[in-house]
Amino acid sequence: MRSDAMLTHVYRVERVRDETYDTFTLDLASSHGLGLAPFAPGQFNMLYAYGVGEVPISISGDPAKPKTLAHTIRAVGNVTKAMRKLNLGDKLGVRGPFGTSWPLEEAKGYDVAIVAGGIGMAPLRPSVYTVLSQRREYGKVFLLYGARTPADLLYPREFEQWQGRSDLEVHVTVDRALRWWRGNVGVVTTLIPKAAFDPTSTIAMVCGPEVMMRFTVAELQKRGMAEESIYISMERNMKCGFGFCGRCQFGPFFICKDGPVFRYDRIRQWLAKGDI
Amino acid sequence: MQTLEPILAEHPFLKGLDPQYLKLLVGCASNVRFNAGQFIFREGEEANQFYMIRQGKVALEILAAERGPITLQTVGEGDVLGWSWLIPPYRWRFDALALELTRAIALDGKCLRQKSEEDHNLGYELLKRFSTIIVERLEATRLQLLDVYRAHS
Repeated sequence: MRSDAMLTHVYRVERVRDETYDTFTLDLASSHGLGLAPFAPGQFNMLYAYGVGEVPISISGDPAKPKTLAHTIRAVGNVTKAMRKLNLGDKLGVRGPFGTSWPLEEAKGYDVAIVAGGIGMAPLRPSVYTVLSQRREYGKVFLLYGARTPADLLYPREFEQWQGRSDLEVHVTVDRALRWWRGNVGVVTTLIPKAAFDPTSTIAMVCGPEVMMRFTVAELQKRGMAEESIYISMERNMKCGFGFCGRCQFGPFFICKDGPVFRYDRIRQWLAKGDI
Repeated sequence: MQTLEPILAEHPFLKGLDPQYLKLLVGCASNVRFNAGQFIFREGEEANQFYMIRQGKVALEILAAERGPITLQTVGEGDVLGWSWLIPPYRWRFDALALELTRAIALDGKCLRQKSEEDHNLGYELLKRFSTIIVERLEATRLQLLDVYRAHS
């Protein structure tokens, strides 16, 4: 256990951005100059709303800019709703970074398929930044993103920029839409046949609701991908963040310590089991 | 003049189809195009065709009172549009609206139903392909029904 794992660092809010009607991004900076250790894409921090509570939130910013910590948060519970009320200069406690990261080193030399569903795009955004900053290290890169409706799509300005790049193939879909929407309508798995990656030399990184990830893995396997080439990011209730309290136990694993990013073959047998 | 046979052969839906059946299908096929904003078919109309999309995007819509037209699904290049021609009463259940210039091969459903009755092997080949599409669409629809992105507190 890291000696500073329970130590909360004070960060101040530098910027609040509304992403959708219930999702926002907080940009945080350390209040005392010394911030946390640099993070790797896929990792998370424990964010503490003083007087309310603490929750695990994936880091959604650029690892190459560690002085600003970005977290995209969906306001669904007491703690996240309290965070939604934070303003510039307000303080937040931060512990981390914790957990495993996306296999960006292992993916070098391969095609990369990034498949995100809903707020699952947040923990994958750092991977997109990293891959694009080292673009020559990777083969073809595909970003497939699905959300509930057009109003729920995250990071629209960035997606517009990414869609304009010739070295990144982006496909976006929504589950339902009104007629004004001219994009794709259908679940995110319907985008997989549109992406011309070589299944024998592709690393896939998948994040979203668990059911969506299971369907996505099934579709990737149908395409010919091996289990060992697919990585998913798991989520469970967490408390300590570093494998001490056991709250996030998942079969023989702790999501906070052995995950949240797992190679699919390691956890396949536990995914469809309830009450583990 | 080039026939439609090589065009049919290269569409994903007919991949691997025996050339003798391709020749049969050519007799029921025609090149079609729809401009953006044009309806390909409307709910309730007779369903006597299906379309193999070569280029473009089509929205499957349903009109809901108070909400207007809702898009349930879009199909594009390489996809197939329409299976109501297969199942009685052969009526479209949704509207299909071309969202952009769309080129497709239209297959005459009446023609194919008759040829399939005459040659059950052709019918089997078509049903194998359509059942795969229908299962894929059903699985996707079930995932849509689950509404997995809905907030859970």
